[in-house]
Amino acid sequence: MTGGVNSFQVSGYGPERAGWTRVFARDSLARRLDWPILFSALALSLLGSLLVYSATRNRTELNQGDPYYFLVRHWLNTGIGVALMIAAVWLGQRALRTAVPLLYGASVFLILLVLTPLGSTINGAHSWIKLPGGFSLQPSEFVKITIILGMAMLLAARVDAGDKPYPDHRTVLQALGLAVVPMLIVMLMPDLGSVMVMVIIVLGVLLASGASNRWIFGLLGAGAAGAITVWQLGILDEYQINRFAAFANPELDPAGVGYNTNQARIAIGSGGLTGSGLFQGSQTTGQFVPEQQTDFVFTVAGEELGFVGGALIIGLLGIILWRACRIARDTTDLYGTIVAAGIVAWFAFQSFENIGMTLGIMPVTGLPLPFVSYGGSSMFAVWLAVGLLQSIRIQRPMSA
Amino acid sequence: MTNIPETGRSPRVQIRLVVIQVLVLSLLGTLGGRLWYLQIREGDQYAKEASGNHVQQVVQPAVRGSILDARGVPLADNETRLVVSASRTDLLKMKDDGKAVLTKLAGVLGMDAEEVQQKVRLCDAETPQPCWNGSPYQPIPITDEATAKQALQIRERAEDFPGITAEPQALRRYPSPGKANTAQVLGYLSPVTDEEITKAQDTSSPYLRSDMVGRSGLERQYDKQLRGKAGVTRYEVDNLGRVIGEAEADPAQPGANLVTSIDSRVQRIAEYELNEAMKEARKQHDRNTNRNYEADSGAVVVMEAKTGRVVAMASNPTYDPNAWVGGISAKDYANLTGKKSNYPLLNRATQGQSAPGSIFKVIPTAAAIQAGYSFEGPYNCSSSYSIGGQVFKNFESQNHGPISLGRALEVSCDTVFYALAHEEWKRDGGNKPKKNANDWFYKTAHQFGLGEETGIDLPNEVTGRVPDRQWKLDYWTANKDAWCKYGKKDGTYAEKIAYENCLEGNRLRAGDSVNYSIGQGDTLVTPIQMATIYAAISNGGTLYDPTVGKAVISPDGKTVTEIEPKAHGKLPTSKKTLAQIDEALEGVATRGTAAWRFGGWPQDEIPMHAKTGTAEVYGKQTTSWFATYTKDYSIVMTISQGGTGSGASGPAVRNIYNALYGVSEDGEIDKKKALLSTPQKSLPKVRTDGTIKSPKISKDPVKDRVTPSPDAQATTPQGDDPADPQQAGTVPSPEMGNRQTRRRHRRRRGGTGTGKGLRRAAA
Repeated sequence: MTGGVNSFQVSGYGPERAGWTRVFARDSLARRLDWPILFSALALSLLGSLLVYSATRNRTELNQGDPYYFLVRHWLNTGIGVALMIAAVWLGQRALRTAVPLLYGASVFLILLVLTPLGSTINGAHSWIKLPGGFSLQPSEFVKITIILGMAMLLAARVDAGDKPYPDHRTVLQALGLAVVPMLIVMLMPDLGSVMVMVIIVLGVLLASGASNRWIFGLLGAGAAGAITVWQLGILDEYQINRFAAFANPELDPAGVGYNTNQARIAIGSGGLTGSGLFQGSQTTGQFVPEQQTDFVFTVAGEELGFVGGALIIGLLGIILWRACRIARDTTDLYGTIVAAGIVAWFAFQSFENIGMTLGIMPVTGLPLPFVSYGGSSMFAVWLAVGLLQSIRIQRPMSA
Repeated sequence: MTNIPETGRSPRVQIRLVVIQVLVLSLLGTLGGRLWYLQIREGDQYAKEASGNHVQQVVQPAVRGSILDARGVPLADNETRLVVSASRTDLLKMKDDGKAVLTKLAGVLGMDAEEVQQKVRLCDAETPQPCWNGSPYQPIPITDEATAKQALQIRERAEDFPGITAEPQALRRYPSPGKANTAQVLGYLSPVTDEEITKAQDTSSPYLRSDMVGRSGLERQYDKQLRGKAGVTRYEVDNLGRVIGEAEADPAQPGANLVTSIDSRVQRIAEYELNEAMKEARKQHDRNTNRNYEADSGAVVVMEAKTGRVVAMASNPTYDPNAWVGGISAKDYANLTGKKSNYPLLNRATQGQSAPGSIFKVIPTAAAIQAGYSFEGPYNCSSSYSIGGQVFKNFESQNHGPISLGRALEVSCDTVFYALAHEEWKRDGGNKPKKNANDWFYKTAHQFGLGEETGIDLPNEVTGRVPDRQWKLDYWTANKDAWCKYGKKDGTYAEKIAYENCLEGNRLRAGDSVNYSIGQGDTLVTPIQMATIYAAISNGGTLYDPTVGKAVISPDGKTVTEIEPKAHGKLPTSKKTLAQIDEALEGVATRGTAAWRFGGWPQDEIPMHAKTGTAEVYGKQTTSWFATYTKDYSIVMTISQGGTGSGASGPAVRNIYNALYGVSEDGEIDKKKALLSTPQKSLPKVRTDGTIKSPKISKDPVKDRVTPSPDAQATTPQGDDPADPQQAGTVPSPEMGNRQTRRRHRRRRGGTGTGKGLRRAAA
C-alpha cells in the first residue's frame, strides 16, 4: 500500500520550487487539484446567487427592505464555503482522517443541541440553531458529512491495513450503528428529507465499501418492507399520503404541497427554450412559488433561463458527480473511495430529489439544491465535501 | 491485482463504483428529459397558465343603450344609483381581513354586519348565497340603494373605509312612459351564465362575467347592439393580488340606442283597451258554457300598413319589467313563471296561437280565385251544406241565397266556403288524392305567410299551423300508436274518434277541408301573422316582415343605422281581386258583421275595413278575433275565451282608431287630438352630444283622449249579450249584426268522414 507515501509528497515537494514552475509542475498542488469540480461548484454558486437575488429582490417581507440582502449573504456563504474547502485541502486527508471521531462527536452534539430549547423551528422542521447576526445553523447538513467520514473510517480501517479484502459483518454493523444514531435524532426533528438523504448515503457507502451483497439487499428489502408496513397499517393519515402523492397529482392537495408543485411546474414550463430572461419571470416576480430562494430555486432558472439554463445547472452538477466518481475509482485507499462515493450518493440524490420535485416527478421535501439554493449550512457542507474530494484526489498517485 | 495495481482494490468495489456512476448519470438524464418535456413539449400550455396567473382584469361595465319609442321617449333606459362596493384585495391586506371596516360600513348603511360579510365572500361549492360570483378583483357591490347621505359619509371619511367605494352606477330601468308598460316587447335582462361565457369566448363580442344579457323581447333581439363593450383594465399582479405591473386599459364603450316604431301613447291606449275589453268580457255571460267568459289572455297589434312597423303591441296578462332589475326575487319569479301565473312573460301577439275563425276567410276567398272560380259567382249561401250524412250548417241556419264572394265575406257566409272547399277537395281526388293535387286552399294559406314565422324582430316567434296533407300525415305518424291503442269501434265518443283517427287520420278528409275553409279545425295563427296579412291587403299585397326596431343610433349619435322595412312575400292575388276583397272588407265595417262597432265612423275620410272572427276551441269558450285596417294601419286583436269578434274586441279596436286619428264618438275628426293620424316617419332628433330629444309625455294618454273611453254597454246594447245576435241594436243592417256569436255543436250522425270531430266550424 502506497497511500501514505503519496500524501507526504504533497508537502514535501512544495518548498523546493518557486514561481510558475512550481504551480505547473507535474505533481504540483495546482495540477493535482480537480479543476472541473472547482469550476463547476463556483459556477453553480454564482448562478445560484443570481437566482436567489431574482427570487428575493421583491420579497420585502423576507429581505428587510434590502433587495441585495440575499445576494450578499449568498456570496458570503459561498466565500465561507470556499474557505472551508481550502482548509480541508490544507489539512490534507490524513489529518482529517484522524479528526473523524472528533468531527462526528461534534456534529452529533450539535443535533442534540437542536432538540434542546436552543433549537428553533423553521417550516415545520425543528432543525435549526439560531446564531447571532441573523445567521442560523442546520447541523443535519454536517451530519451528512460526518456519517460518510465515520462509516468510511470504520469500514476502511482493516481493509486499508491490508488485513481483509472486504469489511466483515461486525464492522458493517458498527458502521450502521454509527449512522443510525444521528439519523434517529434527525428523524425526531422531524427532518425526513435529510433522513432520506442519509439513507441513500449509507447505501452508497456500503456499496463502495465492498460490503457483502447480503447487506445491500438486506437493507433495501428492510426499507421496502418498512414502507409497505407503514402503508398497510394505515399509520399515516390520508392527508399525509395525499401530500406525498401530490407530486404526481397536485389536485390531491391543491392548497398545500399541490399548490407548490403546480406553481413550480407552471414557472418551469412557461420558461420554454431560453426562458423569459433573468429577472424577467412573471411567476418569480409575482412570487407565486413559495420557498423559491431555497428549495424551489430551480424554478427561477427554469422560468427565467429556460431549458438552456436548467440544463446548464444539471450539466454542472453532472460534471461534479462525474469527476467525483472518477476520484472514487482512481484513489488508492478504500477510505478515499468510500468518502467520494458517499459524497456522490449525497449530491446525486439531493440534486435529483430537489430538481425532481420542482419538475413534479418526486414528492416535495425540504432539501436544498447543492451550491444553488440559499442557505448557509448547506453551502458550507457542500463546499466542505468539495474540499474532501480535492484532498482525496491530491493524495492519489500521479500515474492514475 | 494486475488490472489495477495502483489501487490494490478488489474488482467487486470497482464494479460497484461503475454501477453508482451509471445510476447517477441515469438520474441526471431523467431530470434532463423531464425538463425537456415540461419546457419544450408542453411549454406553450404552461406559458398560458402562467399568464392567467399573473394578469387580472378589472372590468368597467358599459352603459347599456336605451330603447326609445318612435318619438324618442325612453321605454328602457338606465338610472343612476349609488352603489357601495368593497375591494376584496384591499380588505384582505388588512390584519382582520377587513372585518372591522365591513362592520363599520354595515353601521353606516343600516345593514346587518353579517350580511355584509357574506356579500363579499367568494362563492364556491360549499358557500351558499349570498356570496360573490364574479372575479375577486372586481369591486363587490354591497348595496345599490345607498342614499346620497350614506355615500357622502363613506367618501368623506375615505381613510375610515379603506377599500370601500361609493359611486354612482347605471342600472336598467323601465320607466313606463305614460303608463305604457310594453313589458313583453321590451323583454328583460339577467346575468350571463357560465355556459354563455364559454360559448361566446372566441366570438367578436365575448361576454364578461359582470354582463347582463337580454333574455327576451327587444333586450334579447338587439342585445349585441345595446350591450356595448365593457372596459377592461389588465393588471399584472403577484400571488397576493398586489399590482406589480402596468396595466393596459380598453375604455368602456357604451351601447347603442335603439329607436323603435312603438308610440308609447298608442301603446298605452292599446294596453288599456285590451285590458278593459277583457274585463268587460268577463262580465258577459256565455250561453254555451253557462258561465261568464274567462278572457284569460289577449293581444293586440297596431301595425303600420305600408311598412310592417309595429306601432303598439300589447299582451295580457302582463307584468312589471322592473321586477327583473337588480336580480329577480324568488317570489316574483314564481309569480311570472309558475303554473298558476298564466305566463305573463309570453308575448301573446307573437307567441300565442289559436284558430282564427272567420278573419281567416280572406284566404279561402283568394284561394277560390286562384283555383279559377269567379269573384262574382253567384254562390249559394244556403242554410246548411251536407257531405255524406253530415250536415254543416250556416250560422243560425241563415240563408242568403245566391251571393258573390264579396258578399260572402261581408255576411261571413260559411256555406259558400264549405261548398268551394269541398268542390276543390273533390277535384284534388277526394279520398283518393291525386299525385300532384292543387290544394289551392292550403297553398294560398302558405302564400299568405301562414304556418311560418313572419320574421318579426322579437325572439321565439311561433309559426301557427296550416293543417295541410303533409301536416296531417306527420301528425298521424306521431300519434297513431296512441290513437290505435285507445280507440274502440263501439266505445265512447272520444274512443270512436280515436278509432277513426287511427284508421284514416293520415288522410285529408272532406270534413277537414270544410272546417279548414272557415279557419277552424286544426288551423292556428298568431295575431302578428294576421296583422301582417291585413296590412298586406291594405298596402296592395306586400307581406312585410313586422319590425319593432326602427333604427340603431350609435352612442355618440353620429351613426344612425335604419332598419328598413323588408318584405317576405306578395299576396298571390291580382290587383283586381285585392280591390274586390278590399271593398268587401269595407262592407264588413259599414254594413256587415262589424258595422255595429263602427257606427258614426267618418268612413269617407278614413275608410275602415274589418273582419270579425269567433273561433271555437274544443273544451273552451270561443276566441274573439277582430282584424281591421285603414290605409295607414292594421289592427288585429284577439281575446282567448273572450266571446265574439266584434262583441269582445270591437269597442277596444274602435277606441284605438279613435285615438290614432282623433275621431270622437260622433265621427268628428280633431286632428290636433290625433295621436298619430299618419305613421311617424322621421326619427327622433339627436343632439350633438349623442343624446336623443324626447317630447314630453302626459301621465296617462288614456285620460287625454277625444272621447272618454266609451262604455261598450252604453253605445252598443248588443254587447249585453253578445251570444245573442238577434238583439238588434242601433247599428245599420241589424240583420247582419253580430253574427259571430252563433255556435254550432253538431252531433255526429253516422260514422263517416267528419275529420277528427274534436273541433267544429264556427263563424
